Amino acid sequence: MTVNSIYKEEKKSAFQKVSEVIITMASRPSGFIGLSILIFHIILAFISPYIAPYDFKAINPTLMLQAPSAEYWFGTDDLGRDVFTRTILGGRTALTITFFGSLIALLWGGLLGIFCGLVGGKIDDIVMRIVDAFLSIPWILAMLLIVSLLGTSTEVLIPALGFFYGKGIVRVARAATHDVIAKDFIVSARARGHSNFSIIWNEIIPNVRDAILVEGAMRWSWMLLGFSSLSFLGFGVSPPTPDWGLMISNARGLMSFAYWAVIAPIVGLSSLIIGINLTADAFAKALGIDRSTKAPV
Amino acid sequence: MSDIIQKVKNLSIGFKSKKGEEILILKNISTKIKKGETVGIVGESGSGKSTLALAMMGYVKHGLYTIGGECEFNSSNLLNMKSKDLEKIRGRKIAMIPQNAGQALTPNLKIGYQIDEALQLHSDLNEKEREKKISELLNKVRLPSPETIALRYPHELSGGQQQRVAVAMALAGTPDLLLLDEPTTGLDVTTQAHVLELLNFIAKDTGTSMVYVSHDLGAIAQVSDRIIVMYSGEIVLEGPSRDILKRPIHPYTHGLLKSIPKLSLAGLPESMPGSQPQPGIIQSGCSFFDRCNFSEDKCKNNSPQLEFLKELNTSVRCFNYEKLLKESQVNQNVNKIKNNSKDKEILNLSEVSISYAKQKLLDQIFNRISDDNPTVKDININIKKGETIALVGESGSGKSTILKSIAGLIRTKDGLIRFDENRNLSSDLKERNPNDLRIIQLIFQNPDESLNPNHTVEEIIAQPLKLYFGLKGEELNKNIIDLLQKVRLGEFYMSRYPRQLSGGEKQRVAVARAFAAKPDIILCDEVTSALDVSVQAAVLNLLQQLKEDFGTTYIFVSHDLAVVRAISDRVAVLYQGRLCEVGPSNDVYKFPSHPYTEVLLGAVLEPDPDIKPKLVAEDIVEEKPPEKGCSFQGRCSRIVGDICKKEIPPWQLTDSGNAIRCHIPIKELQKKQF
Ligand SMILES: Nc1ncnc2c1ncn2[C@@H]1O[C@H](COP(=O)(O)OP(=O)(O)OP(=O)(O)O)[C@@H](O)[C@H]1O
Ligand code: SF4
Ligand code: SF4
Ligand SMILES: [Mg+2]
Repeated sequence: MTVNSIYKEEKKSAFQKVSEVIITMASRPSGFIGLSILIFHIILAFISPYIAPYDFKAINPTLMLQAPSAEYWFGTDDLGRDVFTRTILGGRTALTITFFGSLIALLWGGLLGIFCGLVGGKIDDIVMRIVDAFLSIPWILAMLLIVSLLGTSTEVLIPALGFFYGKGIVRVARAATHDVIAKDFIVSARARGHSNFSIIWNEIIPNVRDAILVEGAMRWSWMLLGFSSLSFLGFGVSPPTPDWGLMISNARGLMSFAYWAVIAPIVGLSSLIIGINLTADAFAKALGIDRSTKAPV
Repeated sequence: MSDIIQKVKNLSIGFKSKKGEEILILKNISTKIKKGETVGIVGESGSGKSTLALAMMGYVKHGLYTIGGECEFNSSNLLNMKSKDLEKIRGRKIAMIPQNAGQALTPNLKIGYQIDEALQLHSDLNEKEREKKISELLNKVRLPSPETIALRYPHELSGGQQQRVAVAMALAGTPDLLLLDEPTTGLDVTTQAHVLELLNFIAKDTGTSMVYVSHDLGAIAQVSDRIIVMYSGEIVLEGPSRDILKRPIHPYTHGLLKSIPKLSLAGLPESMPGSQPQPGIIQSGCSFFDRCNFSEDKCKNNSPQLEFLKELNTSVRCFNYEKLLKESQVNQNVNKIKNNSKDKEILNLSEVSISYAKQKLLDQIFNRISDDNPTVKDININIKKGETIALVGESGSGKSTILKSIAGLIRTKDGLIRFDENRNLSSDLKERNPNDLRIIQLIFQNPDESLNPNHTVEEIIAQPLKLYFGLKGEELNKNIIDLLQKVRLGEFYMSRYPRQLSGGEKQRVAVARAFAAKPDIILCDEVTSALDVSVQAAVLNLLQQLKEDFGTTYIFVSHDLAVVRAISDRVAVLYQGRLCEVGPSNDVYKFPSHPYTEVLLGAVLEPDPDIKPKLVAEDIVEEKPPEKGCSFQGRCSRIVGDICKKEIPPWQLTDSGNAIRCHIPIKELQKKQF
């Protein structure tokens, strides 16, 4: 028989699979741009403390609201702090908090969604009702309540954000599980008498993992926007820590004559959001998931 | 005006692979469709038959593109026409009925409204005329009382009725050419026979040309004047329907006809080895070479051309067709199956009833099921060790439901399931011990769904081995290789994923997984109905072989009565979850005697132009079994009156041990009806 080269494939290691996905993502222009932006921001977040030209909290009244110059590339703000320094440092907190927040969202959202999809029936109904009820509360109000009660420390922000952004993931995980649950290989595993744990771990998770990861990546960009809104309102990180939301909020009143103080953090924030979005999209395409049909509200 | 309506000239369609190679789906196809003619295109999945049909209406699927050639309709090439001009032709001059068209009706719009939409789009009639036309169309597709049907929603119609509506919509623009892609696949045997009869009627009545695409030679045989056989993107045989079915002069068609089980023959047909090459495999020589029984050395390196034989009016692509010309007919050899059944009983169902009804809260609390009219009722079957018993019946007759209850996947309402003469199996999966679970294994209809797409073949087969026998390491590996060999797959399949296997190979893996548990009983739910005909016989032969080797008992569910005939020792006929007839296959098939068995057997489509289906009962679908009396009363053409509506018919025994449940006396029943 002729050996069929197209259909012959060796089993791949996890590392091979991941690198293959990344290569596929980067082979599309939008994926390449998204990945580049995201990697740029991550690298910047790591190295910015070492390359920042000035001290981010050094106030200098004599240098208030200077326009961009060779010395101060992005100008200075109303307290005379270097905007360039503060901008490259301003993504660090946002990126870290939302990254861990997304992980938490993935974890609880994914597990609860799989659980609901698996048990079905009454319990599923009740849990989804509760999730829906939470969905209907404007999240920002709830966040404000939590933050004002518990403070704005990282230990509060990460789980709180993770909780609110996990709701969407519950829906996706539940829907994906529902699709898989009806398949005969699950029926077959049940008829053989595998334990529920084994069914979830071996049969369900490998089949819903991709959809959940993509949703998580998408939620990350939303969370970033949400977190920056909190900072903007003064409920995120506390000054003088450099943060884009905070910087925008501070400089927005001066926009008409010191646009530079607000433009730089806006560019930083929006480029990161776009970068994550494009990456998540390319990720979905590389895994063969059609976001347009799976997109939750 | 010429009498040719569609002319396909040197058509090649293909796609670009990831590596940038051009891969051909259709290779240089040329053919003509005449006015008023019905042409059947037959081929296995992946042979390009749907692509060809779509191209005939100027449509090339996304991702594919035309490499060369034309599809001429009324002397203009559809493939380079502007979409504005195409719109004028599609739906009006050329209409298409895709697979599952009936199920694709918009669920929340009334039938009449949907046909009206089609009329608005494809005709210039005004509102009054359209209204008249709607009932005319519904009449034409022979739906009872068109006025009431027009006001119904799709879900209020049966599968066959929905398909009729789809035909009516396709006829809305009075097309000259009607393309049908597997229009009866997935319908019940009885419904299928009715739809085909309707299509025949319409072809005669309106003079519309039809192109009928199907993998099922039985269906093609009933409608076509001419048949085109496709293999691997090429036409390998084309000619008058009767000649092709009676005297196929291409080895592929010859083998195919030999491998299809027939009602008249008990025993398993010969199987065709191998499978169709996947598109993109560059092969020198004849594409059928690997599987051909007539091949010679020259076939390996030279590709045969399509040759037109004037005296037969047939085109054939084979160097050796003359060998087949000499064979006057297809001689079908069957391997008689050995009846392995011992006297020992292995499984006994007594008084089993199963209900899907939603239970009241009180009943839920007390963990009981109450339902006066359950989906499945009073099933009594005694199964002997080593036998193959088949459950047959139309869709919804409860075949799968019974299998599931045996596997413990659904709870029974009443009744007992006893294993090995003395062990009662709990109807609750959780209460069965691991050994009870091991002895019964399942094989499903659709291998795509029964294998986890993220597991390799090795992982799939390892599951039962680890679970039941705790095998590890070297021993596990040895066992997997052993099992793969038993299902005739090489060791190198271990690292493959299901998507890298063909349908037949997937089903073999599923069979290997079932046998890995060393079960006593295997429940087979439509195990061959998702497979190509040429692969079906191979899987059936494999199952039979394994059964003889291991002494396994099969409970075999199928809607295909010819397949059941081929493999089973005994048959149980079900209607609406109630048994109608149980008996040895030979007996049930030789003298069909229960009125429902007669209906089922009459509707079977055979790939023979001389055997026409007999349509005895209406193809209505009943929602629920009747509360009282015989389950078949609603459709029975021999109904004897009130007694059938009031009293459950008694079991009557024939001399050969065949049990029939009917009020008509046995003697009377056994008189031949047609
Ligand atoms: N989960 C379910 N809930 C409610 N009703 C069901 C369920 N599954 C099946 N049914 C009903 O039970 C009846 C028997 O179904 P079953 O699947 O056993 O039929 P079948 O003979 O296997 O049909 P097919 O040939 O289509 O597979 C049908 O009327 C069906 O609609
Ligand atoms: S050309 Fe040769 S290999 Fe091909 S079908 Fe004919 S006999 Fe078989
Ligand atoms: S009992 Fe009556 S209705 Fe039922 S099959 Fe016999 S004749 Fe028909
Ligand atoms: Mg079924």
